[in-house]
This record gives sequence, structure tokens and C-alpha cells, in this order.
Amino acid sequence: MRLTASILALTTAMSFGGAALAQDKNVKIGVLTDMAGLYADVGGVGSTAAAQMAIEDSGLAAKGWKIDVVSADHQNKPDIGVNISRQWADQDKVDGIFDVLTSSVALAVAGVAKDKNLVYMNSGAAASDLTNSACTPNTVHWTYDTYLLANGTGKAVTKAGGDTWFFLTADYAFGAALERDTTAVVVANGGKIVGGVKHPLSNSDFSSFLLQAQASKAKIIGLANAGGDTTNAIKQAAEFGITAGGQKLAALLMFASDAHALTPKLAGGLQLTATFYWDLNDNTRAFAKRFSERMKNKQMPTMVQAGVYASVTHYLKTLVDMGGNPHDGAKVVARMKEIPTDDPLFGKGLIQANGRKIHPGYLFEVKSPAESKGEWDLYKLIATIPAEEAFTPLAQSTCSLLKK
Amino acid sequence: MFNISTQALFAQLLVGLINGSFYALLSLGLAVIFGLLNIINFAHGALFMMGAFCAYFLLTYAGIGYWGALALSPIIVGAFGIFLERTMLHRLANLDHLYGLLLTFGLALIIQGVFQNFFGSSGLPYAIPPQLTGAQNLGFMFLPNYRAWVVVFSIVVCFATWFAIEKTQLGALLRAATENPALVRAFGINVPRMITLTYGFGVGLAALAGVLAAPINQVRPLMGENLIIVVFAVVVIGGMGSILGSILTGFALGIVEGMTKYFYPEASNTVVFVIMAIVLMVKPNGLFGRAS
Repeated sequence: MRLTASILALTTAMSFGGAALAQDKNVKIGVLTDMAGLYADVGGVGSTAAAQMAIEDSGLAAKGWKIDVVSADHQNKPDIGVNISRQWADQDKVDGIFDVLTSSVALAVAGVAKDKNLVYMNSGAAASDLTNSACTPNTVHWTYDTYLLANGTGKAVTKAGGDTWFFLTADYAFGAALERDTTAVVVANGGKIVGGVKHPLSNSDFSSFLLQAQASKAKIIGLANAGGDTTNAIKQAAEFGITAGGQKLAALLMFASDAHALTPKLAGGLQLTATFYWDLNDNTRAFAKRFSERMKNKQMPTMVQAGVYASVTHYLKTLVDMGGNPHDGAKVVARMKEIPTDDPLFGKGLIQANGRKIHPGYLFEVKSPAESKGEWDLYKLIATIPAEEAFTPLAQSTCSLLKK
Repeated sequence: MFNISTQALFAQLLVGLINGSFYALLSLGLAVIFGLLNIINFAHGALFMMGAFCAYFLLTYAGIGYWGALALSPIIVGAFGIFLERTMLHRLANLDHLYGLLLTFGLALIIQGVFQNFFGSSGLPYAIPPQLTGAQNLGFMFLPNYRAWVVVFSIVVCFATWFAIEKTQLGALLRAATENPALVRAFGINVPRMITLTYGFGVGLAALAGVLAAPINQVRPLMGENLIIVVFAVVVIGGMGSILGSILTGFALGIVEGMTKYFYPEASNTVVFVIMAIVLMVKPNGLFGRAS
């Protein structure tokens, strides 16, 4: 009896299987992010909203596609991120995982995506390892990485005379990667590192670390941290007279939500590197307007949220090109790399063989209170980093996929 | 490795003392609530956060600055605490500690969730009051005036609270009411009201610490979340319910943590718990606790 049932099931599956491969128009997208922690404004519900906007804008629902979004909170903990990803792959039949900010979680999830053969489009994490030592055939790293940040802010600050550095580094994969990549750029441009200190993630008091930075007499205090850690460090640096004493801060990773929280009064004059700013052109402004209307706290999109929108857009475009969803992560990602990217937020670009998405970067400066015309009028453009210089050159990438 | 200057050492001691002020204020509130109400108030961090938010609201919507907030915010948040006590907590008075802990923990999650929903995670700016901006160059360090104010003010508040509970008649009544409520009631004292007001006072202390913290940190929904775990460790080390113990341990652990940040920063968020484990092994009732 049981045997008959199994055979029946098997034959049914086989007869539908072939057709489903080409014609399947069901897609399940998983947005894995920090929903309630220190990075929640960088990604969070905004990332889920961005994914939904990308699906709506694709217009695929009208063409018979059924695209669902699920989202979950990884709490910035790799073990939780891994568990959710496994569950998504095994039980919920999720096809692709998006956002995954927090580098430690991002690197762990990359392994799961490869094992379970999912599409993995990372927008929020910074560690350049994702497309170097930790690259997989399933990973696309979309928005930015530590190489870009180092070559944007790190290079600009060093070239402007900031040739001695002291690092305040968040003590996990991201901080380590950012410090490593920035050190390389500082040294290559004739600067040197005079010291540094590693602080725990989500640290509320920086006074002890700032005193050490002050004592080092370094010209530049490099903040290799993000989100709430960066804003607290900047706020307290002002209190301890760091900038008044002639030292300068370099916020190596700062998001629009951070600059907004600090206000131009505290953040004015800081330089930062980003690949997206809501007030960059008509397309970004139009997107930002629609986005902020959806948000409870009316925030403008960060580059991470914009990256989720753009990566989902490219993913769906690739599926349409393939004539359906093959539910085969590596195969979809391989095809993604063949199709040039083009979206309203990042413009035209491409995905390299190592999974690195290529587009221009921008060096911004936070406006002073006098220059800022509104709550979200935060950045002025200082320089554009051309796409070909923004990310690790393929020849230097240590990704194993590149070995012939 | 240990090539430190005395200057740096002094600076770190002072910075530790500043953090210790927050630990002391918060653990004091917890100790008062536990000592007199027998409630393990896990909502303390959320109420601390509400104090900071209250200061922000007063400034933004009512134009009331820092000094006004320092007086009003503890009263407003304290009133909220009294509401919680009257509507929910007092029902658990005769049950196991665990019920109070679970209820207040749940309340903390709800309060933080609501604030996060409306204000996001990045936080809101709150400036240092103009009278306290600037800093003093002490030779060995640059001491912001505001931080000096925090230390002095906390010591005064802590001492006043200790004095009120341990040395005045009101304090004696309070302590008696915890030991034997029936007897104190026989003297014509309204014990339930006294307990409610005590909870309101403990909550007010948390809110006060929140106002003090607002200009230092961003006013964020999660600002109390990490702090509260450390503060609980402080209370355990000091001895549950011991007023003086919580104050002294608060300041002392701030200093220990400050030194750790200098010598081995990676361990700075665990050192307090290591000390807690050692103290619990050697003196299970805490450094200042009485054997039950």
C-alpha cells in the first residue's frame, strides 16, 4: 500500500517536474535583517518594504507570477541567522535571501545559501570577504563593502593630510575587515597606524576608548564601527573635545539614518562613502518619497534598503529572462552575472564573476547646520569614485571561483 | 604590555566613576524596589529609557529644557510606574518572585517595542544644557563639565536616598512594612499606598538616570536594554535589596569596567559577570547582603 502510494507520488512528481522547471512562476523571497537592534533603521522593516516595492514595480503579479516575501530578525547573531536560513530553505521553500546586514551573520548565511543552493543577495553587510576568501557561486554582494569604504573615506582623509590613524573598531568580523582594508589604503598612501582599540558591539559608553585615542596623538581617529556605535562615538567625541583638540574623526561607515540621528550640528563636516543617497537624482528622489510614505517613522531610505530594492529587481529580471523560476540558486546567480544590471537607484552596472556588484561610489560630506535645508537634507557630493575603481579589482580578488 | 602612565590611569579611573554613577543610580532604584516590594523589576531599563524620551518630549513639544526635565521627567515616569504597580504588579505581591520578574520583563519588551515602532533604532538627538557644555583640562585628562556634573549629582541623590531609607522615620516605617505589613498597618499606616509610592520612587530614580544619560548617548529605545543586565549583576554583587551595597558596588564596578576597557577592552562587557560569578561562589548573598 505504502509502496503504491510512493510510486504514485513519484510518477506524479516526475510528470509535473519537467514542466514546472521551465514554467514555474512561484518565487519566495526572504529578507533577513536586524528588526529591532542597533542596525534596525539601516535595514529592518525598511528592507522588507524595499523588497515589496521592487516586486510591485516589476509588475509581474499581473503576468501570473506569485511572489511572496517573508522576513525575519537575525538579532545580529550568526547562529540565529543560520537557523532561520536553514528553516527557510528546508521548510518554507524560500528561493533567495536578501539584505543580511551585520557581517558576522552575513558570512555565516553565505555558507547556508551555498549548502542549500539558494540565491544569496547581500545588501547590508560590509565585509569584503564575501566576494574574496568567503565567496560562493550563490553569493552576490550588492551595495558596498569595506574595500570601497577604505578607498573612499580612508583615501580621501589620508590624502588630505591625515597621515596618522588610531582605530576604534567594533569587535567582530565587520570591524576587523574594515580596519584591515582601511589600514592597507592608509599605508599605501603614505600614512601610518599608531594604535587602536576594539570595543564590544552595541557599546554605549566610548569615553574610555576616546581617551586612549586622544592620548595616541593620532591626527585621525578612524571609526570602524556602524549604526548606534558610530553615532554614540561621534557624539561623545564632541563632548571630550576631540575635534576641538585638533584631532579629526573619520566615520568609515555611516548611513543616512546615522547622520540624520546625529543632526548636522554634530555630524557636519564629516566625510563618508556611500553608493546611494536619496537626494542624488530624480529617480532616487522619487523612490525615496514613495519609500518614506510607507515607513512609520517617515525615514528616507538608506543605501542598504536601496540595495535590497535593486537586488530584488535584478533577481526578478533574471527569472523572467530564464522563463520561470528553476529553484536552483547557483544557476540563477550564474545567469545574473551574464545580464547587465540596470535599475533606477544604482544605474547601469554589472556583477563580476566573484559575485561583486559593480557601480560607482560617492564621497559625501555631511552638510553644516547652515547648509542643511531640512531634516533629511544631509549630504553634499564631494567626489564620485568611478565604478571601475570602487571595488576590489578582479585580479586582486582571492575568490576561489576565479581560479582557472 | 603594561606600559601605562599614571596620567592614563587617573583618566580611566575617573571615566569609570562616571559610568559607575549610572550603575549606582539604576541599581539603587532596583535595590529599593526589591528591598521594599520584593519585586525583581526587569522593566527598569525600559523605564530608564522612558526618562530620556520624556526629557526629549518635554524639550521638543513643551519647550522645557534640561533642568525642567530633570525635575519633571522622574515625576511623569514615576506616575507611569505607579500606574503599573496599581494595575498589575500589586496583584503579584504574594506570589513567587518569578511572576514579578516575568511580568516586568514582558512590560520592558512591550515598552521598548512601542518606542522602536514609532521612533526607530537610531535615536533622537538631545544636547548638553548650555550651562554645562565645555570641559576642564585637568592635566591628566580632559573632563567634560557635563560628566563632572553627572558624578556629583548622582552621589548626592544616592546619599540622600540612603539617608531617607536608613536614617529617617519614614524609612524606618518602610522597612518595617516590608518585614511585617500587618503590624505596621495596625499603627494606622496605609501600607499599600506606601508600597505604591515606593515603587513610583524607584521608577523615578530610573527616569532620573535616563535624563542624565540623554545628553551623553543618543536617546534610543534600546538604550536601557544592555545597561539593565549589567545593573542586575551589580545588584547581585552588592547583595539583593541592600541600599548601601548597590550604591558602592555601582561605583566600584564602573571603575573596574573602566580599567578593563583600558587593559583588555575585548573583555569589558564580560568582566562584571565574571566578578558576579566569583562573588556568588564566595559570598552567595552578595558583598553587602544579609543571609536570609
